[in-house]
Amino acid sequence: MVYGHSDLGRSPIVEPVTLKILVAGGFGAGKTTLVGAVSEIKPLRTEELLTEAGRPVDDIAGVEGKKTTTVAMDFGRITLREDLVLYLFGTPGQDRFWFLWDELATGALGAVVLADTRRLEDCFAAIDYFERRGIAFTVAVNCFEGADRYPEESVRDALDLDPGTPVILCDARERESAKNVLISVVEHAMLASATRR
Amino acid sequence: MTRGGEQTGRWFDDAAGPVVRPYAMTRGRTRSAAEGKLDLIAVVVADAVHQRTVTDQTLSPEHIDIVEMSRGTPQSVAELAAELDLPVGVVRVLIGDLLHAALVRVSRPVPPAELPDERILREVINGLRAL
Repeated sequence: MVYGHSDLGRSPIVEPVTLKILVAGGFGAGKTTLVGAVSEIKPLRTEELLTEAGRPVDDIAGVEGKKTTTVAMDFGRITLREDLVLYLFGTPGQDRFWFLWDELATGALGAVVLADTRRLEDCFAAIDYFERRGIAFTVAVNCFEGADRYPEESVRDALDLDPGTPVILCDARERESAKNVLISVVEHAMLASATRR
Repeated sequence: MTRGGEQTGRWFDDAAGPVVRPYAMTRGRTRSAAEGKLDLIAVVVADAVHQRTVTDQTLSPEHIDIVEMSRGTPQSVAELAAELDLPVGVVRVLIGDLLHAALVRVSRPVPPAELPDERILREVINGLRAL
């Protein structure tokens, strides 16, 4: 006999364990595409309103009347089981929203850094951030049509990655490919947490 | 102070911004005591027994929307914000009110500061493979 959640004594509602993986990368690297390829829902958008106080570095000359800025974050959901749900959050592209990254990164299982070999430098900041924060990440090279293909090793060298960081080639539009990227992130997170213990 | 100048562009419909300023719904509050609990993936659920919410005069329509949406179906903070088309900060304050009034519960099984244990990670990998 199973008495699921009988300790709550109030309702039989299953409250799922929720986990999140971040999807970072430069503008146009395919973050929302990757989220959309595996999400069971059309990627949703949450917005955060930033007030003047929150963005001291912004030059607002000429737009003094503008009191808030909106930062959008796209996210998707994968229900692995009734009681286990994985959320994927695309990180806001601009570097000046680092403080939002902090919130997103707290409690994240790991991250995907999407790289476009034509603009590899766009993902330096994300890699730097995850390395500093000790968040497990996989570099997924999005193989755009028309872009030159490079072997994983050259990408690894170009990005000066730690030897343990996985690099995989992917097609962010393909569900199977996106799934493999996520599996790689979780496996890497598992290894990283095992070595830390 | 000089005026920013050329405000010649005309704003229509959505471009003009919301009719009600988002933080008007929170009566100007930008923070909630429960903020620490309200991660984007924290799960909000309303107990089915709370029928009195509809008659509670202190609640705004948005409060009631949150209760209705999470009644019987757990919803993450991010989903509530996206569904209501409100900034996350606003939704957090509203959920904080509902928590205070004991109209919803918030669960966050994995503490944000630690990684979930290996068993859960394995289940995630298996779940992804099976998709």
